[in-house]
Amino acid sequence: MSLDRRTTLKWMFAATATVPSLQALGDVPQPQARDVAADQPGYGTDPNLTGEWKPGGPWPLTLGAAARLTTSALCDLVIPADSVSPAASSVGVVDFIDEWISAPYPQQRSDRELILPGLTWIDAESQGRFGKAFAALDQPQKEAIANDICNAAKAAPQFATAAKFFAKFRDLTAGGFYTTPVGMKDIGYVGNVSLTRFDGPPLAVLKKVGLA
Amino acid sequence: MSFISAAEADKNTYDVIVVGSGAAGGQSAYTLTMDGARVLMLEAGRHYEPATETPMMQTNAAAPLRGAGTPEKPFGFWDATIDGGWQVPGEPYTSASDDPARQFVWWRARMLGGRTNHWGRISLRNGPYDFKPHTRDGLGFDWPMSYEDLAPYYDKVEMLIGVYGANDGLENTPNSPAGVLLPPPKPLVSDLLIQQRARKLGIPAIAGHRAVLTQRLDHLRLPKLLHPGNAKAQSILAADMQKRAACIFATPCGRGCSIRANYQSTTVHLPPAMDTGNLDIVTDAMVRAVTKRPDGRAEGVVYIDRKTGAEHHVKARVVVLAASALESVRILLNSGVANSSGKVGKYIMDTVGANFSGQVPLLESLPLHNEDGVDGLHLYTPWWLYKEQLAGKLGFGRGYHFEFGGGRHLPGMGTAAGLAWLNGGNYGRKFKEDARRYYGSFVGFAGRGEMIPNDDCYAELDPDVKDRFGIPVLRFHWKWSQHELGQAAHMQKTAAEIIDAMGGRYSTKPQSGDKAIKQGGIIIHEVGGAMMGTDPAKSVTNSFGRCWDMKNLFITDGATLCSNADKNPTLTIMALAWRASEHMLGLMKRKEL
Repeated sequence: MSLDRRTTLKWMFAATATVPSLQALGDVPQPQARDVAADQPGYGTDPNLTGEWKPGGPWPLTLGAAARLTTSALCDLVIPADSVSPAASSVGVVDFIDEWISAPYPQQRSDRELILPGLTWIDAESQGRFGKAFAALDQPQKEAIANDICNAAKAAPQFATAAKFFAKFRDLTAGGFYTTPVGMKDIGYVGNVSLTRFDGPPLAVLKKVGLA
Repeated sequence: MSFISAAEADKNTYDVIVVGSGAAGGQSAYTLTMDGARVLMLEAGRHYEPATETPMMQTNAAAPLRGAGTPEKPFGFWDATIDGGWQVPGEPYTSASDDPARQFVWWRARMLGGRTNHWGRISLRNGPYDFKPHTRDGLGFDWPMSYEDLAPYYDKVEMLIGVYGANDGLENTPNSPAGVLLPPPKPLVSDLLIQQRARKLGIPAIAGHRAVLTQRLDHLRLPKLLHPGNAKAQSILAADMQKRAACIFATPCGRGCSIRANYQSTTVHLPPAMDTGNLDIVTDAMVRAVTKRPDGRAEGVVYIDRKTGAEHHVKARVVVLAASALESVRILLNSGVANSSGKVGKYIMDTVGANFSGQVPLLESLPLHNEDGVDGLHLYTPWWLYKEQLAGKLGFGRGYHFEFGGGRHLPGMGTAAGLAWLNGGNYGRKFKEDARRYYGSFVGFAGRGEMIPNDDCYAELDPDVKDRFGIPVLRFHWKWSQHELGQAAHMQKTAAEIIDAMGGRYSTKPQSGDKAIKQGGIIIHEVGGAMMGTDPAKSVTNSFGRCWDMKNLFITDGATLCSNADKNPTLTIMALAWRASEHMLGLMKRKEL
């Protein structure tokens, strides 16, 4: 599905407050994506549940190279490496986001309408403020933009749409990351192992909550 | 006898045709074949093998879209449902109203075992009040039976399928006899905190009841109790019980269970029924209608082979409809039988549903431990305001229960999503710290309540629309009454009070009933449409599901229910199916069928 003109214009108006010259957009490598075919099938109502599934398997990925670079930089801003776990892009989150926004289902098609113009916007914003694409910014520059859009409730009016994009992108990044083995370990999930008995919460847990 | 083709079924003769293979069809076929009846089961969906098809232990990263639900797999990629959902391609239904609040949505599954493969396994008995609701408060309809009539069959079903729980003896929340229930799982810390704080509000929280084997079934004791005097049935069941493993306290039940540690028709009812040698099953058999003999009795059914499109006509002494309440209604309406009362399709009900959730600081950053447990309902809250309600203090007529829970469960798309209402919205290392802090600190309450049957909720045949087999489809009429809307508002308000009592917080305030209530059909507890009763002019069947107008036609699914207590209906459907099938066996033995 291509972005309609109205959607694009809405984003561009939102961006005018901080992008003095819309001409600058012409020089930016656009986050181009191939269309999702209108008749693109999904995985069907009877997919093989014991088969191997990878992004790009059930339907083609559509993000172009520049958009993938922006996606990678942005998801690593949301989930960078720390002492516990690596950055989101290192465990397949870019492929996952591409899979998500390329899927033929209503929710994902709707999210695509937020994510693709959002990627366009953030590169334009980066060009406008710092003369570089988002992926090429240094950390303080990335944070300068992110700080304007990371809190949707408090974002300035000209950043309202961009803040919605960021909230959705953050949710997708988190879902993509915390479902992986390193993400599950990071967040503290220790289940999905076969047990012969279930012992419930340890005493230390009950004590901490005031139940023992 | 086994899985056979439509052509093979054409050549055979049977005592009973059972339409449907889920909770009702599975139980009917089990009871009938274990006592020697020769049964042909017709299932509209495909054959399904839980042992080889169940995605045990797969994580969400191994699924498309991290396992998130889509219109093709509404409960998520790994959910057991095949060819099912609120929309089934090529098999539409229609609504009489354009107003979403007056539309009913109809979940179906097209697979052997039907919805039992993915259901929540919550197994609650109706209580004595639930059989005589009209007598108690003047609303709805009484059942043509009492709790005592059905209690022995609840016992049998619980022993056969394996249900964990405890006997807490609360009002209208029956105990099971000693030795029937399996031990309940230990509560999670979130359960215990809810229990502690709810108690201060006068709200109980007791052991849940679910069809999950917290230990293996006693194959020495139970078969003798279930099939007294029937050595063959005892032997078959004892052998089969030994093939069912206990729960491994991992991997969600909704995917089905390859080790047969929970109840699905395909893992519990059908294997022993097949072992009797008395059961044949034809899958991909979409039943269109019951056929009538010149003397007015049922002759058999016609069905369409989904693979070839060919129509087949099979015959038997007895026909049992167990196709799910509304599919059985549809078959009756398309057959033009058993409806001299005009009640077929009337008084359809769903469960009232409203959810509410919050975040509890006390549960943040707890020492890591495994909280998978049995995947839900370690504890629950049965309805507790019977007296206040009967005294007219609540403003709505019937009660509800809470299914609640928290804990660190298998991460999915929701795990660290939507935290902005708690942390203002951030990113980077702080976001990662918050994700760890908040994971497992949420509690959710699902209110599930009784809907009172009303004249505005019914199904009829759409005069124009047909499915891809050329079979006329159902058109639904739906309207909640003030009883349901008042109850839904009470659910959210009460859940918020419990969260308050836990020192918790929530992102949105409790809503009014019309906003809080889930759309009709969303809870997937649809029942009614062929009500049982004592008067042939006012009901479709007697208490054994036997149609007044067609003495060898029985309905053993939820269509016959006169009310839809807050207790999830599946256990009751199975108990009714066992009782009806036992009655059929007696009639056949006495040559009355």
